[in-house]
Amino acid sequence: MPDVQSMVAEFVNKLRKRKIEGSQATAKCTVELLRSVISHQRVPHANQAAALIDAVKAVGQQLVAANPVELAVGNVVRRVLHIIREEDLSLTTAAMAGLDLLDASDDDDIDNCKGIGYPAMSAAVVAAAARSTLRPPSLQTLLEGTPESATVPYTSSSGADSESKTADKSSLTRKLKHDVIEGVNQLIHEISGCHEQIAEQAIEHIHQNEVILTLGSSRTVLEFLCAAKEKKRSFRVFVAEGAPRYQGHLLAKELVARGLQTTVITDSAVFAMISRVNMVIIGAHAVMANGGVIGPVGVNMAALAAKKHAVPFVVLAGSHKLCPLYPHNPEVLLNELRSPSELLDFGEFSDCLDFGAGSGSLQVVNPTFDYVPPNLVSLFITDTGGHNPSYMYRLIADYYSADDLVM
Amino acid sequence: MESRRNPRAVVDPKVRQVGFFTSSQPDSSSTQQQTEPISASASASSPPVSTISPSGNSLSPVMIPPPRLNSSDTFPLRNAAAGATSAVSPSSFSYSNRRDFPDGSTTASPGRHSRGSFVKSSAPVASSLPGIGMDSMAAAKSSSVPASGLTTVSVVTMPPGLAENASGMEVQSDQKKNSKSLKEKTTKAERRAIQEAQRAAKAAAKADGGKVPPGTSASLASTSVKVAKPAKPSTQKNEVAVSAGVTEKKGGPSEKDRKKDAPHPRMQYDDESRVVKAKRRAVVKQTEAKNRVELFRHLPQYEHGTQLPDLEAKFFQLDPMHPAVYKVGLQYLSGDISGGNARCIAMLQAFQDVIKDYSTPPEKNLNRDMTSKISSYVSFLIECRPLSISMGNAIRFVKNRIAKLPITLSESEAKAALQSDIERFINDKIIGADMVIVKHAVTKIRDGDVLLTYGSPTAVEMILLHAHELKKKFRVLVVDSRPKLEGQLLLRRLIKRGISCTYTHINAISYIMHEVTKVFLGASSVLSNGTVYSRVGTACVAMVASAFRVPVLLCCEAYKFHERVQLDSICSNELGDPNAISKVHGREDINYLDGLTNNANLQFLNLMYDATPSDYISMIITDYGMVPPTSVPVIVREYQKEHLLV
Repeated sequence: MPDVQSMVAEFVNKLRKRKIEGSQATAKCTVELLRSVISHQRVPHANQAAALIDAVKAVGQQLVAANPVELAVGNVVRRVLHIIREEDLSLTTAAMAGLDLLDASDDDDIDNCKGIGYPAMSAAVVAAAARSTLRPPSLQTLLEGTPESATVPYTSSSGADSESKTADKSSLTRKLKHDVIEGVNQLIHEISGCHEQIAEQAIEHIHQNEVILTLGSSRTVLEFLCAAKEKKRSFRVFVAEGAPRYQGHLLAKELVARGLQTTVITDSAVFAMISRVNMVIIGAHAVMANGGVIGPVGVNMAALAAKKHAVPFVVLAGSHKLCPLYPHNPEVLLNELRSPSELLDFGEFSDCLDFGAGSGSLQVVNPTFDYVPPNLVSLFITDTGGHNPSYMYRLIADYYSADDLVM
Repeated sequence: MESRRNPRAVVDPKVRQVGFFTSSQPDSSSTQQQTEPISASASASSPPVSTISPSGNSLSPVMIPPPRLNSSDTFPLRNAAAGATSAVSPSSFSYSNRRDFPDGSTTASPGRHSRGSFVKSSAPVASSLPGIGMDSMAAAKSSSVPASGLTTVSVVTMPPGLAENASGMEVQSDQKKNSKSLKEKTTKAERRAIQEAQRAAKAAAKADGGKVPPGTSASLASTSVKVAKPAKPSTQKNEVAVSAGVTEKKGGPSEKDRKKDAPHPRMQYDDESRVVKAKRRAVVKQTEAKNRVELFRHLPQYEHGTQLPDLEAKFFQLDPMHPAVYKVGLQYLSGDISGGNARCIAMLQAFQDVIKDYSTPPEKNLNRDMTSKISSYVSFLIECRPLSISMGNAIRFVKNRIAKLPITLSESEAKAALQSDIERFINDKIIGADMVIVKHAVTKIRDGDVLLTYGSPTAVEMILLHAHELKKKFRVLVVDSRPKLEGQLLLRRLIKRGISCTYTHINAISYIMHEVTKVFLGASSVLSNGTVYSRVGTACVAMVASAFRVPVLLCCEAYKFHERVQLDSICSNELGDPNAISKVHGREDINYLDGLTNNANLQFLNLMYDATPSDYISMIITDYGMVPPTSVPVIVREYQKEHLLV
């Protein structure tokens, strides 16, 4: 499948060169690429889910390595993996409907003892495990004492190669792939439709005569504000210009085109103006599992100022931005430094760049993102509704398998 | 001190009064007549307190000048006039090419400001006159007479219209509608009678210790309201239009007029009639920006780039303006001089030149005449750019010195004394203070420190350079912000001196704050509640620093301290050029907002200052030592006297 290879290579290249801007666009491209990877993947009779997972993982690792800061790529890869697992699971459970649970857990123990690379489990156990991770544990499963090992990450694999696979399994061969692609299509639909989903909630959060501060250029925020405007709410928007990329100008232009009262302020005036602002609404670049937010640079400043003045700080994020990872030193590790030329004109300062004796050195720092710790965020609005920062980990768990957290 | 405090004490009620007065035609003429003499005497002689006793303010009807009612021009017509004036401007003027705007752009802006002399109707003119009266009263009040005493006096001696007015808000709305009929009802004799009654009341009040019994003015007010009852209502809109249509007097304003209508340093620009009044007198024809941010209506926002050629064209008409002051004003206007200390020193040096070239006109007192001259210069400077608080303090100092000159001194001695006083102020309070601050602050810099500074504060720059000379090893993070990008200049100077620097913009402050060990900031002023009034963005830097537990050291000379208090950055601020925001200098690719600048839905807000709450400041380094922000009122209180005496 050379065409897929080349597509992957091309996309990796784009990611590396930062040709794709915005997490939504990236997510969409990624998921489309993965769909073609899956559809081109030849599935063996035996162990098809595992084969798909391996293929997706291999591609996913390349993509993530190409731009580790664009967390949406990793999120989408994990989502696809999750879809494969889910579909496989539902097929297997359908097939194994009558299998005895006790036997299965015995098998599990034995297999674990054998120490096979992919510890084999019966599909039923996987089902039970999935049930315990994805759905609220039912009283029955709690009482039956399903093996804890099922939730442990290293049992990472499908139950496809359990010895209980039978002839009826092979009849499902085509169905799995079909179902997975169906699921991926749904994901694409979800990603492209997240704006509308979020914007629908605007009216619940924006009241008449509100003053809203926003920052950076986010399509989600734009749609959100415009949705409120269409519902005949009148309010004014302060837009911080977001130097050195001036995304705020872009957003202001769009807002004005849609007829909203817009005021562009300098980034330095954020603190001065925040006392007259009713709400800060920003679009996230990524939402971490602890409820922290990675957003356009300058967001942390606005969040601190909002906290100081008790102004609600609302983050809009489509579900593809929910990242299952917990951040460590995200200001530095999940950040990206852009060209100094956005800040200083090289022509003007080239004479200062002579690091010879007697003159000081000059460094220019131009980060792209900013991290807002969860205690500064008042509310997340995702396509599934509003959530508290402390709840994000649970919401995120709904979208991903625990097995895929480490790719 | 008084020159700042007293007007403030009376400004607020005055603002309300004006709204009422705009429609009170008949009264206005009487008010005008009554108050004119005051202004003549009071403003000319403001500082020497003894010469103006409260009784000296009482009005003598003998001195009534002829009412100036005639010339008037209408609103749209003056627009054309504005275009004409600006078109005259010579292109050879050196500053004019600094701006992107063609000279003719004035034509597009509302021409309220212009001095065109299209005479149209005389009806609305009278409405403007009470305003003048009020203003002259303000001038009288701004003399060093204690504010409270003056207020009471003026309440009592006022003619009925004024008395009503001063007596409070509650009657104001009725009067707005009714005052027009007042004149028809009261003949001259009646007015005289009322005045007599008031004078008697005043005498009684003085006997009571200078305080008016609250009943007096209230009853006066109520009677006048009763008198004014049967009247035809006129709509608010009309009044506004009328006040906007206020015009030039015949022959242009004399210097005295200009001085007495000097824009108050903290004038509220949302009050239309006051704005109109101030404009009429203004030397610098600032064009009001059309598209303004609602929250900041009370601050002046001008179209930038149109005034310089206009002003240049008028140079020879402004004979009383001293060239040194004129030059400094232009430098403020064009932004060539910025920064609190630089502006203050430039102004003081201009005043030195003024004093050097000064000669007392015959039959005038040096103290009074020079004070009034300085006041008129100050009002010119305010028109060019609003005063900084430090400049206000310096002006107060100069006026105080002039007022305190012994009468026995000859003119040349007095001039020499004043010049050396000003010289000493510059040397001690500004330059000397900076040196002391540097000495203190350098002790706080250790080897291996990473120091962050924001913008381009002169004091901090001196500290860094001095520490570098002492061979301390440290690194400097220069944080900058649009649109001024002053940090780049600082960066260049520091690098030239061999200091290692990191440059970034204010958005990235959270990113770099991890490595910072100390933050050094400058200030435009420190207010007595500990709030730091400084270049916009300082509050953000201080906030992030305190969130990261990094100490914030603020360097500020004590002459910039002020007893005013402020909680937010909105009530008092300065607005910069909004076009500086829409255009990104040096980045042609950022042009999203081209062509949208006139869209009614889009405003640009270019704040110049912000107020940093005192809890973000760890320490203030000043010439009296290193103090916590809570000690600012102590310094203001303890050293204010010394400050004025030097």
